[in-house]
Amino acid sequence: MPLIDWVQLVLFVGLLALITKPLGLYLSEVLDAKGKTFLDRILKPLERFTYRLIGVDPAQEQDWKRYTVSMLVFSFAGILFTYIILRVQAWLPLNPQGLPNLSPHLAFNTAVSFATNTNWQSYIPEATMSYFSQAVALVIHNFVSAAMGIALAAALVRGIARHTAKTIGNFWTDLVRVTYYLLLPLALVYAIFLISQGTIQNFSAYTTAHVVQSVGGVATQTIAQGPLASQEAIKMLGTNGGGFMNANSAHPFENPTPLTNFVEMLSILAIGSALTYYLGRTVGNQKHGWAVWFAMLLIMLAGFFIAFHEEKAGNPIHQQLGVSKTDGNMEGKEVRFGIFDSALFATVTTDASEGAVDSMHDSFTPLGGLVPMVNMQLDEIVFGGVGSGLYTMIVYIILTVFLVGLMIGRTPEYLGKKIEAYDVKVATLSVIVLVIFILGFTAWAAVSAWGVAGLNNSGPHGLSEMLYAYTSGAENNGSAFAGLTANTPWYNTTLGLDMLFGRFFMIIPIMALAGSLARKKRVPMGPGSFPVTGILFTVLLVAVIILITALTFFPALALGPIVEHFLMHAGTLF
Amino acid sequence: MPEHFSNFTMTTRGHKTFDGAMLTSAIGESFLKLDPRRMVRNPVMFVTMVGAIVTTLEVFITKGAHAFVIQIALWLWFTVLSANFAEAMAEGRGKAQADSLRKSRTQLFGLRYKADGTLEKIAAEVLRKGDIILVVAGEVIPGDGEVIEGAATVDESAITGESAPVIRESGGDRSAVTGGTRVLSDQIKVRITASAGESFLDRMIALVEGAKRQKTPNEIALTILLSALTIIFLWVIITLRPLGVYSGALFSVSVLVALLVCLIPTTIGGLLSAIGIAGIDRLVQHNVLAMSGRAVEAAGDVDVLLLDKTGTITLGNREASEFIPAPGVTHEELANAAQLASLADETPEGRSVVVLAKKYNIRGREITELPHATFVPFSAQTRMSGLDMELVQYRKGEAKTIAAWSRGAFPSEVQYEVERISKLGGTPLIVATQNRILGTIYLRDIVKGGLVDRFKLFREMGIKTVMITGDNPLTAAAIAAEAGVDDYLAEAKPEDKLALIRKEQAGGRMVAMTGDGTNDAPALAQADVGVAMNTGTQAAKEAGNMVDLDSNPTKLIEIIEIGKQMLMTRGALTTFSIANDVSKYFAIIPAMLIPVFPVIAPLDIMHLHDPQSAILSAVIFNAIIIILLVPLALRGVKFRALPAAAVLRINLLIYGVGGLIAPFIGIKLIDMAVAALHLV
Repeated sequence: MPLIDWVQLVLFVGLLALITKPLGLYLSEVLDAKGKTFLDRILKPLERFTYRLIGVDPAQEQDWKRYTVSMLVFSFAGILFTYIILRVQAWLPLNPQGLPNLSPHLAFNTAVSFATNTNWQSYIPEATMSYFSQAVALVIHNFVSAAMGIALAAALVRGIARHTAKTIGNFWTDLVRVTYYLLLPLALVYAIFLISQGTIQNFSAYTTAHVVQSVGGVATQTIAQGPLASQEAIKMLGTNGGGFMNANSAHPFENPTPLTNFVEMLSILAIGSALTYYLGRTVGNQKHGWAVWFAMLLIMLAGFFIAFHEEKAGNPIHQQLGVSKTDGNMEGKEVRFGIFDSALFATVTTDASEGAVDSMHDSFTPLGGLVPMVNMQLDEIVFGGVGSGLYTMIVYIILTVFLVGLMIGRTPEYLGKKIEAYDVKVATLSVIVLVIFILGFTAWAAVSAWGVAGLNNSGPHGLSEMLYAYTSGAENNGSAFAGLTANTPWYNTTLGLDMLFGRFFMIIPIMALAGSLARKKRVPMGPGSFPVTGILFTVLLVAVIILITALTFFPALALGPIVEHFLMHAGTLF
Repeated sequence: MPEHFSNFTMTTRGHKTFDGAMLTSAIGESFLKLDPRRMVRNPVMFVTMVGAIVTTLEVFITKGAHAFVIQIALWLWFTVLSANFAEAMAEGRGKAQADSLRKSRTQLFGLRYKADGTLEKIAAEVLRKGDIILVVAGEVIPGDGEVIEGAATVDESAITGESAPVIRESGGDRSAVTGGTRVLSDQIKVRITASAGESFLDRMIALVEGAKRQKTPNEIALTILLSALTIIFLWVIITLRPLGVYSGALFSVSVLVALLVCLIPTTIGGLLSAIGIAGIDRLVQHNVLAMSGRAVEAAGDVDVLLLDKTGTITLGNREASEFIPAPGVTHEELANAAQLASLADETPEGRSVVVLAKKYNIRGREITELPHATFVPFSAQTRMSGLDMELVQYRKGEAKTIAAWSRGAFPSEVQYEVERISKLGGTPLIVATQNRILGTIYLRDIVKGGLVDRFKLFREMGIKTVMITGDNPLTAAAIAAEAGVDDYLAEAKPEDKLALIRKEQAGGRMVAMTGDGTNDAPALAQADVGVAMNTGTQAAKEAGNMVDLDSNPTKLIEIIEIGKQMLMTRGALTTFSIANDVSKYFAIIPAMLIPVFPVIAPLDIMHLHDPQSAILSAVIFNAIIIILLVPLALRGVKFRALPAAAVLRINLLIYGVGGLIAPFIGIKLIDMAVAALHLV
């Protein structure tokens, strides 16, 4: 790796570490209904007004069941709201291009996709969505689905921190406070920064440009316009990833400069990283928070180095055709970003449940493309989707503690909470559902006419496209391997269900876990307790996560990217 | 412990892990345990059995060469049988013990009082709770009960293995008698406290046999985790077939089943129940009966140990350890006076004074040598003992009592000694004549050997030790410091003990204690691990969840170690089992894919002979590792009294890293053998 790339990597990791504490401290205030922030003077009246409007008493806490039901009611109302707008957008304002209504299956897929923080896009945004749809029906979810993830993580952390308690917080309070005090102000500042870098923000009709050199008789090009900066900011911060443009963060309007590229990557991980600090602070064990942070960092770096190495090594078949070996694999990458920024972006966007891309993962080398896929199959616990990364990580910590903790000769404990049959049941359930849907839908598609019909490539690469799509859906990532033509009734419906089940069937057991942990007594930590800090724990956690994922997905990956890798070196491409 | 640790004399003492007869019967049992209704309780092995049935059917249904499929089927059956064998072996050890216990119960009769006061001879089986019986010398007591009249020496070796007879008498804490024990002298009237079939002996037989065994909480949690892994792998295998169809590879059912069985955690799944049974069995070998597996598991989780001072931390009796003369008195003078004053004192403390005096060349004297003397025995009223001679009267007793009795001045040096000894946790006794204070006897508690180190280990393991004593706080503090316990409860009444347990439990800690008296019963019932002494009352035994047949309170420490060891063994084999999967993937996945994608050959890092041999080798390894680990499951992994982090590091290295590497070597070796023997 050239020196400049090393410098950028060190800067990236260093800045991520630096913002963790201050943002974590701020989060602790936001996630405390009585917390104080410097924005109180401006936002407190608005917050109070909102509670009155929706009839919520912010002091009234909820048990896990009420919390979960509130979350579900809110989510399904949101899905319905977006579905209706998408189905009637032709008759709504802010549609200068006169774009038609969406088909029922695409509207269903998209509504679910944005409400679940997946932001999978089966469509080409600039050719499908009116400005109204983008700025109202979709952007709302960019905020609230992210706020919801953070709220759920906070509920679980409270469950760990409290003892012999019935309640885990109030969903509405968490949702409102996170949206008002965290996401809106950050997105505002972020959007202004993006505009300063050249991102557009308007409601104009698309412009037509005359190309410098006409190709194949085409002399003009339509340049899409729109309120990009406002959507771009929350797209990154809230690990949403649904692009305003089809090219997503590879598009010069979405990601105009190297600086925006760097900041976009950092902003994907920022809140997830800060949440580890919130965890440590809330449970009164900051070292544990950092141990979790380092476990995340280790997996991130491992993934990045593999992806970088594979992309840098390039494709031997291209090289036989005269492509310089030093260029690496530049297929599907922006020349302005190159190997380093593409590999890091691909790693980071799938570490978190972001899904934005600045290069086409479909064009990565087989093992380079395996990295984003495996990142998602790790259940996106590397800083992760805002909130979802932390709560999933905690599930893995509990599994690690239980799996290995018996070896110290005690009933396994996590931060003083005994891990009993019920906890194991709900924790494993949340992991099983993802495996069931990812592998189930992929296998179904692989042997169905509708599944194979959507493929752009044959052979192992085609399998990777399907596996990637259902992984991205169930894990609520939303990035696409591209290549797959997913805007068909079958794909839209199955992927819609994949996202829906992957989100909610996972969240419900996790909330049950939060309730169960809150009810337990807390055993004081001592030398006899399972260590949840330090190098041993960090390494162990990483090992268990990788082991469980590898054991689950190895056969499918072997038939996809791994076989493709060997075939590529034997001279076959797909 | 050495001094109190009784020789284990139960009939199965020193049995070997494997002996011929037990082995044969365990093999037979393995087949009987194939009953699907039993198998379904263990999801991992149930799936394995279904796999074995499916592959067996494949042999009969499909045409063509079957050598490979037949061998896979056979090894899968062997895997299931191995797990059953492990369980049968664990149960076998208990059964042998139960059989010998049963012998002591056969053909018992009792003399029951009828309503009119006459006696009738009835069989033990018809005895009911509340019946009054008479047992005379030479007879075996037909059921559990309480002595309501008389006293007798009883041989309890059938239960405890201890051959020395014990005294059982009405009233007090020694009134409980156990069915199956023999009265050696005198006769006693006994009220039966347990109907036939519910007696202690019956429960003991049921326990060691494992007949009423229920899964413990942690075992249930672990079974859930193992089932979850099984579901995941089942789904991985089910979806692998369509993925193969897409890729142009038609995986056969037998190959998919082979991969499935290799992936699901059969090692721990097969050994889990054996580990639990062996844990209870290890306690029985230490002469401790746990009323449930749950109690053994709780022992591993204990955070606080409540230890009675007397009998547990210190030897039962205080001993005179030093004579400290008052100014102007020689050691010999004091020793002589002390001995004379103690001659009539038959308490262990009194005798220890006589013994100590001999060290000052004062020969032991007998009461008969002093015909003119009058002995003043210790009484609760005077709180002194002594000897009245013609001219001089000797007394020994507490400082206050003596100061009141003697006309001699109480020297400040002696006063100082009294305070010093009290602070050290000892008991000062003053020796005096009617007009002179002679000096002080230092009576001290003797802390049992080896305890200090033991408590230090406990501290490192994060277990807090609390000494319970009726002594005053000053004395308690001194002994606590000497024994190295973390805390003490002085001037403790039974209700204080109960309150302390409740307080610790409210803080989320688990508490273990021992007890024998009826007034210990509430605390024994409240504690997470309550070990009742076999010499204790029936109430105490009913309240606790374990009974120590040796009545040795120090054994609480062994009990905790056995509980921990059982959990460690489970964890170690779980880790080992899952770590094994990595190598099995590297054996089987390349073998499955090479026929369709020969380019994938580099993935076969073990360079196995051919695809069929690779798959068969993985299946064989998976089966024989269960058998190889049976001894470890029964014996338990090595117990280490270290902090959790250190234990984790060591066990991770052995069972985690070892579990990762071992099967690579094992599968490679088996593959070489399979190839050499041309098995496929």
